[in-house]
Amino acid sequence: MSAPVLDIRGLAFAYPDGHQALFGVDLHVHRGERVALLGPNGAGKTTLVLHLNGILTAGAGSVSVSGLPVESGNHLEIRRRVGIVFQDPDDQLFMPTVRDDVAFGPANLGLRGAELDARVESALAAVGMSEFADRAPHHLSFGQRRRVAIATVLAMEPEILVLDEPSSNLDPTTRRELAELIQSLDVTLLMVTHDLAFALQLCERAVILSDGIVAADGPTRAILEDADLLGRHRLELPWGFSG
Amino acid sequence: MGGQLGDHLHVEGDSPVHRLPAHVKLIGLVVFVLLVVALPRDAHLARAATLAVAVIVVALTRVPVRHVLSRLVVETPFVVFAVVLPFVATGPRTTIGPVTVSRPGLEAGLALLVTATTSVLMAVAFATTTSSRDLVRALQHLHVPDRLVQILAFMVRYLGVVGSQAQRMKVARESRGFAPRSVRSWPVIATSAGALFIRSYERGERVHLAMMSRGYTGRMPVTDPLRATPTQWGHGLLPGALALVTLVAVVVS
Repeated sequence: MSAPVLDIRGLAFAYPDGHQALFGVDLHVHRGERVALLGPNGAGKTTLVLHLNGILTAGAGSVSVSGLPVESGNHLEIRRRVGIVFQDPDDQLFMPTVRDDVAFGPANLGLRGAELDARVESALAAVGMSEFADRAPHHLSFGQRRRVAIATVLAMEPEILVLDEPSSNLDPTTRRELAELIQSLDVTLLMVTHDLAFALQLCERAVILSDGIVAADGPTRAILEDADLLGRHRLELPWGFSG
Repeated sequence: MGGQLGDHLHVEGDSPVHRLPAHVKLIGLVVFVLLVVALPRDAHLARAATLAVAVIVVALTRVPVRHVLSRLVVETPFVVFAVVLPFVATGPRTTIGPVTVSRPGLEAGLALLVTATTSVLMAVAFATTTSSRDLVRALQHLHVPDRLVQILAFMVRYLGVVGSQAQRMKVARESRGFAPRSVRSWPVIATSAGALFIRSYERGERVHLAMMSRGYTGRMPVTDPLRATPTQWGHGLLPGALALVTLVAVVVS
């Protein structure tokens, strides 16, 4: 098998205040896989995500993306390969217009002119937001902002797309539309979520991160059907659903 | 969401002034205003001429008059000062109707009023025809320090976000029976303001993370540089040139 897109080995990390968030995480994601990263609050999910593009530096262990280790010399290339969409689109969208915001990433990679325009157009088209290119982000609805946030990362043509809680704060219709959008994207996906139904719909594989380690890794349906396993890690299906 | 900074100033349109590149307009504005304030105090005719130039430029923007007038409110402190001046200044007195006022004071007040109106009209012509995005691009193009430009750009983007957060906190206070009636309510408001600062700071950190995640290295990329033809420069600097002509005419005569 080819080198995994994402190769995490024995990753451990403690914050400067001494709080240890990760205790040796092992995770491999191969090209084309869609993986849900499940876990209760405080399990270390966000900490893990911030290691994937070198925002946080591993205390022990290693992270590589398509064979390239995450270390200080190659952060720009790593950040091209790993596209992280953060939870609050207001944090992700900081430029005056949607077009400028989608152009920000590829422009940092050195693209200019027609090539840059083409990237912006195709990323906006992929999320169905082409007609909003010249709007200000604060004039869009929440769901639209989340779509644009995904476009800002797609424009960098990442090898793996990382979504942090993509379904939070969305009404049911917007949530379904976002699921359809994510399904339509041809990318390797790591999706951090509490929304177990969303994970089941979009990801064939699920990983439970609990207390800073990988507690389970398997087909999403099998994991969601194991009520004991979910219960041990403060996860549960919504009332009325059964495995 | 509340009113967004900049949004209420800018008026969409397709006038000759709208079409000029933002950096040309900005330079044209600064040159014009500097020349207008450089006019000697007793050059009333020249000052009236510059006022006429400003009125013509505002007319060219085709922005509704009501909108322009409401923007002129920023001039109020100058107007108050200009009205007070004839009464408090010393020197020879002159009688207008029922009141006796200082003649130099009256002249200075008039000069101040016309200068302020001319400058503010020109600034309004700039502000109504330039989007906040273009203003940021113009400052970037003119090599204003990158940090200052970024602070301005982020303020434009996030003032509404912070404003709506403040609004939600206000609703949350009032929902629990808080009514700001006396000095005793100030600590509560101060605490809320403090919380708002901390939240904004934390948001700043998250925004910075999101920027780094997309390859930010300390400089905002210029993706869409502004360009201006010599003709556009000519048009943009025309009001300034006219002001210069009047200034030279006054100095020579």
